[in-house]
Amino acid sequence: MDITRTQEFVPQAAGEAGAVSRLARLFDNRHFVGLLFMLPAVVLLVVFLTYPLGLGVWLGLTDSTIGRPGRFIGFENFEFLVTDSVFRLSVFNTFLYTVVASAIKFALGLWLALLLNEHIPFKAFVRAIVLLPFIVPTVLSAIAFWWIYDAQFSIVSWTLTKLGWIDHYVDFLGDPQWARASVIIANIWRGMPFIAICLLAGLQTISPSLYEAAAIDGATGWQKFWHVTLPMLTPIIAVVMTFSVLFTFTDFQLIWVLTRGGPINATHLMATLSFQRAIPGGALGEGAAIATAMIPFLLAAILFSYFGLQRRRWQQGTKD
Amino acid sequence: MRNRSRREFLKTSTGVAAGAALGSVLLPGEASAQHASFKPEPGATLRVLRWKRFVQGDEDQWLANSKKFTEKTGVPVTVESENWEDLRPKAAVAAKVGSGPDIIIGTNDDAHQYPDQLVDVSDVADYLGNKYGGWYDLARQYATDGRRWIGIPMGAGASAIVYRASHIKAAGFDSIPRDTAGFLKLCQALKNKGTPPGMALGHATGDANIWCHWLIWAHGAKLVDQNGKVAINSKETAAALGYAKALYQTFVPGTLSWLDPSNNKAFLAGDISLTTNGVSIYYAAKNSADPKLKAMADDIYHANMPIGPVGRPTEMGLAFTAVTFKYSKYPQAAKEYLRFMWEKEQYEAWMEAALAFVTQPLRAYESAPVWKSDAKRYAYRDAVKFMLPNGWPGKLGPASAAAMADFVVVDMVAEAATGSSSIQEAMSKAERRAKRYYS
Repeated sequence: MDITRTQEFVPQAAGEAGAVSRLARLFDNRHFVGLLFMLPAVVLLVVFLTYPLGLGVWLGLTDSTIGRPGRFIGFENFEFLVTDSVFRLSVFNTFLYTVVASAIKFALGLWLALLLNEHIPFKAFVRAIVLLPFIVPTVLSAIAFWWIYDAQFSIVSWTLTKLGWIDHYVDFLGDPQWARASVIIANIWRGMPFIAICLLAGLQTISPSLYEAAAIDGATGWQKFWHVTLPMLTPIIAVVMTFSVLFTFTDFQLIWVLTRGGPINATHLMATLSFQRAIPGGALGEGAAIATAMIPFLLAAILFSYFGLQRRRWQQGTKD
Repeated sequence: MRNRSRREFLKTSTGVAAGAALGSVLLPGEASAQHASFKPEPGATLRVLRWKRFVQGDEDQWLANSKKFTEKTGVPVTVESENWEDLRPKAAVAAKVGSGPDIIIGTNDDAHQYPDQLVDVSDVADYLGNKYGGWYDLARQYATDGRRWIGIPMGAGASAIVYRASHIKAAGFDSIPRDTAGFLKLCQALKNKGTPPGMALGHATGDANIWCHWLIWAHGAKLVDQNGKVAINSKETAAALGYAKALYQTFVPGTLSWLDPSNNKAFLAGDISLTTNGVSIYYAAKNSADPKLKAMADDIYHANMPIGPVGRPTEMGLAFTAVTFKYSKYPQAAKEYLRFMWEKEQYEAWMEAALAFVTQPLRAYESAPVWKSDAKRYAYRDAVKFMLPNGWPGKLGPASAAAMADFVVVDMVAEAATGSSSIQEAMSKAERRAKRYYS
C-alpha cells in the first residue's frame, strides 16, 4: 500500500515542484508582477468606465429606443441635433451656465478661502459650516431653492414685498432670463464651498516665510496676494477649477428639480435634455448622442488643465 | 420556428378571445362570468410595481386588496410604488433586461413601448369586459396593440376644472360655462375680480400636457393625423394658440414655471380660484386638519373641461394600465391577481378609498357607490368616456410617448401664449420637432 502510494506521489510531486518553480520564476519577473497588480484596476476601469462610455457612444450612432435594439445609422442623430433648435438652445444654456457659474464660484470661493485663512474665532466650526451646502444632498437643497424661487410662496419675493421694494412677486423660474439667473445662483451656492475649502487647503501649504520675506521687502497686501499667494496657488486652482467646470457642465439634479428645463427650454442643459429625450421620451439613441456631444467639451476642459499642469509657470509661478 | 409557434399561439388565442366575446353576446348574463379561473402556478409569488399614490387612501386599499388576494390564493404579493414619472424608465429597463416586477402598472403609452415583451392578457380583459359592461374606448386603445390585449386598463386620473364656487359667483357666473368662449369670459372676469385662474405651462408632465392637449383638440387641431403624418401647422392650431394667448393674460403670474405640484399649492393657498387638476386638491382640503382648508373644501367644485369649436369633449387624462411581462415565471398568478383586483368587491372599495382619484375603465363601475356619496365628484365620473388618447388621432407608440415627454405641445402653447414666439413660429417649431418622432 505504502509503496503504491509513494509511486503515485512521485510523479505528481515532481510535477507540482515544476509548476511551483515556473510560478516562482513568473513572480520574479517584474513585468509580470507589475501587470498582475495593475489587473484589478484595469478590470475596474474597463468594466465601469470604458465599457459604459463605449456603449454610450455606440448608442449615439444608432436609433435605439427603449425596449428595442436599434440599427446603426451613422451620424444621423448628430445631423438632426445640429438643426434642432432645442438642442442648440441647450448647448448655449450649458455654456452660459458653466462659464458664469464657474467664474463666480471661483471668485467667491477664493475670497472665502482667503477670509477663512485669517485668524478668526471658532475657526474649525466656521470652516465646517461653510462646507454645509456641499454636504447637503443636491436634491434636498434644490427642493429648498424650489420653494425660495416659487412663483407664489417665494420668501425672497415675500420679504421684498413686505419691505415695500416691489409690488408683485418676482417670477424667478417663469421668466427665461430670471430662470437662468436663478439656477446659476443655486449652483453657485452649492459649488462655492468645494472651491473655497480646496483653495484653503492650498493656502495653508504656502510657507509663511515667503510672506515674511515679502513683508521685509515692503510688499503691500495686494502685492503679497498677486506675487506670492496667487502663483503658489495656481496648481491647485487648475485642478479645482477643472473639477468645478466638469461638475457644472454636467449638472443635472438642480435643473431637474427646479425647472425640468423650462420655462420653454430656457434652462435645459445638455445633460437634462439628454435624459428627457432618452429615458422619459424613449429615444435612447438620440439621448446618447446628446450625451456624446458633451464629450469634446469635457475633453477640452481636461486637456486645458492637464497641459496647464505640465507648465512650470503654472506649477511654480516662474517663467516657462 | 419559435416565432411561428408564437404567432400561431396568438392566432389561436385571438380566436378564443373572439369566441369568448361572441359567447358573451349570445349568452347574456352570468354565463360569461363563469370561466374566470386562472390557476396560480405552484409556489408562485408576485412583485407588483405601481405608480405612487396621489391620495393616501388609494395605497391603503390597494394593499388591503392585495392582502386579501394572498389570503385567498396563498400567493404572496409585494407591492412597490414609484413616482409615476420614474416608473417609465424602470419599466423600460425591466423590459429590456428581461427581469424585474411581474406586473407593472404604468401610465399612458407605456405598454406601447415594448408590446412584444408583454403577456397576452386578452382572456382576463374579455372576462372583465363581459362581466362589467365593457371597456371604454380609451381604455381599449391604451391596452391593446391592435391584435390583442397587452395590459389591463386600470382607469385614468382624470382632469377637470377645479374651482371656488364663491369666486365664480363673485365674478358673475353661476357655473363653469360649457363652451370655450364662455370659459374665457369667466377667466377674464375672475382676473378682474383679483381671483385669477392658473394652469401649468412649465414642464409639468401631467398637468401641462393634459390641458394643452385639451386646448388644441378643442379647436380641432392635432399633432398628427390618423396616418401619423404631422399636422400641427394648421389654422386650427393657430386658433387654439390665439385662444391660449388670451387665456394666459388672465392667469396668475408664474404659471410658466409651474411643475405638477404648483397648481395644487397655489390653489390651497388661495392664490388661484380655478385650475385644471385631478380630485387631489379637493381631497387635500377635505382631509386637512386646518379649519381654513376644511372650509375651503366646502367651496371647491369640479366641472368637465369646456367644449371647443369642434363641438364635443376633447379631454386628456393620465391613463393607467397594468402589464405583465413575459419574463414573469408566474403569468397565471399575475392574471389571477389582475382579475381579482378588478372584481367589483375589490375595485369599488378601492375607488371609494381613493376618493375616485382614478376613474373606472369599465362601464359598470359608473354606478359605483363612490359616485353617489359625494356629488362634487361627478365631473370625474364620465371622464374616461370623454377622453382622447395621447397622440390622437394617430397611433399610440414610441412616437406619441416621445413627443409628449419632449413637451412638444406644451412648449408650443407656452411660447405662443407668452408671446416669446409668434403663433406661426411656435407652430413651425412644434412641426419640426414632431416630425423627428413621427417619421
